Amino acid sequence: MENASELDVFRRDVKAWVQNNFPSSLAGQDLAGLAGGESGARANDEVKTAMETWRQRLAEKGWGAPTWPVEYGGAGLSHPEANVIGEEIFQAGAYNPIPHMTGMGVTMVGPTLLEYGTDEQKAQHLKGIASGEIRWCLGLSEPNAGSDLASLSTKAEDKGDYFALNGQKIWTSGAHISQWCGALVRTDSNAGKRDGISFVMLPMQQEGVETRPIRLISGVSPFCETYFSDARAEKGDLLGNLNDGWSVVKRLLQHERQSQTGGQGASMLDSEPLHVKAQRFVGSDEDGALVDKDLRQRLVRNYMDATAHRLTAERITAEAAGRVEVSAAASILKNSNTRVAQTKAELALEIMGSQGIGWSGDDFAEEELGIVREWLAGKAMSIYGGSYEVQNNIISKNVLGLPETTQKG
Amino acid sequence: MAALTEEQSILKDQASSWVESQLPVQKFRDFRNSNSDGGFDPEAWSAIVEMGWTGILVPENYGGSDLGYLTFGLILEQLGRQLCASPLFASAYVGATAINLGGNEEQKQSWLPKIVDGSEILTLAVDEQSRHNRDQVQTTATATDQGYELNGAKTFVLEGMSATTFVVAAKTDAGDIALFLVPADSAGLSRQGMSTVDSRDYARLTLSGVEVGQGALLGAMQGSQLYGRVLDRASAGIAMEMLGVGCYAFEMTLDYLKTRKQFGKVIGSFQALGHRAAELYSSQEMARSCAEAGVTAIDQGADDEAAMSAISKAKTGEFLFDMSNQLIQIHGGIGMTDEFDAGLYLKRARVLETTYGNQAQHRDRYASLLGF
Ligand SMILES: Cc1cc2nc3c(=O)[nH]c(=O)nc-3n(C[C@H](O)[C@H](O)[C@H](O)COP(=O)(O)OP(=O)(O)OC[C@H]3O[C@@H](n4cnc5c(N)ncnc54)[C@H](O)[C@@H]3O)c2cc1C
Repeated sequence: MENASELDVFRRDVKAWVQNNFPSSLAGQDLAGLAGGESGARANDEVKTAMETWRQRLAEKGWGAPTWPVEYGGAGLSHPEANVIGEEIFQAGAYNPIPHMTGMGVTMVGPTLLEYGTDEQKAQHLKGIASGEIRWCLGLSEPNAGSDLASLSTKAEDKGDYFALNGQKIWTSGAHISQWCGALVRTDSNAGKRDGISFVMLPMQQEGVETRPIRLISGVSPFCETYFSDARAEKGDLLGNLNDGWSVVKRLLQHERQSQTGGQGASMLDSEPLHVKAQRFVGSDEDGALVDKDLRQRLVRNYMDATAHRLTAERITAEAAGRVEVSAAASILKNSNTRVAQTKAELALEIMGSQGIGWSGDDFAEEELGIVREWLAGKAMSIYGGSYEVQNNIISKNVLGLPETTQKG
Repeated sequence: MAALTEEQSILKDQASSWVESQLPVQKFRDFRNSNSDGGFDPEAWSAIVEMGWTGILVPENYGGSDLGYLTFGLILEQLGRQLCASPLFASAYVGATAINLGGNEEQKQSWLPKIVDGSEILTLAVDEQSRHNRDQVQTTATATDQGYELNGAKTFVLEGMSATTFVVAAKTDAGDIALFLVPADSAGLSRQGMSTVDSRDYARLTLSGVEVGQGALLGAMQGSQLYGRVLDRASAGIAMEMLGVGCYAFEMTLDYLKTRKQFGKVIGSFQALGHRAAELYSSQEMARSCAEAGVTAIDQGADDEAAMSAISKAKTGEFLFDMSNQLIQIHGGIGMTDEFDAGLYLKRARVLETTYGNQAQHRDRYASLLGF
């Protein structure tokens, strides 16, 4: 690891750069929303232009994916340095939109491409991801293949210089706004469940691909049913070996888990600490303690759990001396992050009382409505990326060495 | 495990192999069964002094090694794993902390070397009622011409029958809670052993008209500050012992999950138990981070030392509570037998939970520190 003082110098430079380059017109905007595509489309031109300027500036520095090699659009930095960039951007009230703008690109597809891709594939795809210009989706889940992903049935038929894909994917996040898709397909129906699967990449703008957005309980439609009818994936876009897609996707899912172990996302829940919200809605006694003593204890539990999660993430990074990208502890951290976030949202709702059950309209503050939507959206955290239960299967089997029965995962 | 310095790693390894070879839990069981007086094996205590662990918090010019709280905590963790009984924590951790923070030069010179060489065993006398409550101290220390006169009663005093000197929390004329060094053989002081589930040494004290000199007051800090700081640090130390107790209980349980067979397979292959093990392991990892952060915050002189101590005691408490119950549950009938060690761990776990405040009390304290 770099010694602290080098990192401190680096931090000073990053801070100064962010100060000089973050467009002031973006301060206070819902940048995560803008980058997500849905409210991005509704933003006014001035905001859109500023957002584009900010993206370009970050991309020029290679800070969309700071740890990737410079030749692939990254900045060739270490993980501690990349963390510093993230922290300084967050500190400045700014937001790095690139990971968000690429869908699954920066967090999952890119790291897997770096490990499994040929030189041509890396040269073709990585720059577009690191710069935030190409959005990727992942077509893994199917109606009958969720946690048991290897039971998928979408087929890819060898047509000489390309594969023809037929079948249905579901829950494909961002499928309707993505340019590229990484899809898990069956290439050998006679082989064992996990042995006849391959990972292919294909462009979404083609005749054989159809997407139908699905509305979520939170009201938005960020994901789709994706239908392949003779969709075309070039032979050169096979990632990893033919029929070895299961190794590729296992690695990809590790990267996914890693990306879901916490970190800073812009959140309405953070606009006011929960105990301050509780003082406002619930009230305090003459000693300054919240009048609802049971709530007070549960608030502290959530605070302590959040601290425990943060300390554990830091401890694991320190123990690995900054080297690991994907650690065995990712399942533990994904579950603790999920528990802390979901409990926090539940507490916020409980604190707000009837102001915490609004759907729309002037009876509710924007912040209150935002929290309600986040509470709903957050229920997905324990389902995607390997459900809460599947993570516990992984911990019991891979970390603790307990035998596997029906608990695949 | 926190990223350790080389010195810390060496000491930790030394402690771990010494505890495993010289003082396995069987030794504690033998001692308990022998019904001897006092709460620990004197030979083990001599060895601990010999190895210099009593000097870890003591500056070098008073005969110690000044290696700090994380280092001490690592040793407490190792001792906790095998339920080693000794006055190390009461005297060389809590006692030394009180003198370091509250003593003047003269007091340091006369007490610290004796803590290091084991000729004095100090212990804190705080609690006066069945539930720890740091704000409720009735014992009084009234100023006299020569010094102070102490009156009151204390309970649940750790190593109370073997201690040679009590660090007594008492209310001063100004209404503050201060700490006083009171020799165990002082006139007017009587003590009585308590029989607790963990078979350690605890005592009830009665102080009636106990006279001590001016030099008995640990007066380096204003008001009740010292008292609070010592309790915070004591809680963080207990958390490290609790971590060790819980980690060993986890290992015993995991081992059983992999070896005990029912319905033709090892019980760890039942998903209900696999998930329970996964939850306990996650809880253990969180507890370790918090416990290590608690003692590290002291070493770093962090502003949030008090809050971190509350987190460390509450979170390790949460882990150890569940872990000690599951230790019994997952072992089935054998877990209920006295001959098997699970019961010893459960009993020690609950005693540690009540010591210096339980989980709920530390959460309450944390909320107060944050102002809500
Ligand atoms: C917001 C969101 C975004 C998503 N984005 C994508 C995407 O971009 N691309 C994509 O391919 N997929 C995506 N998914 C799909 C996600 O990966 C699946 O929902 C997930 O794998 C679970 O599958 P399932 O929904 O079929 O539930 P099921 O697998 O049917 O699970 C149902 C319940 O059974 C439990 N369960 C299942 N198996 C076990 C087991 N072995 N042991 C114990 N319990 C078990 C689960 O934990 C769950 O509680 C997304 C999902 C959500 C909610």
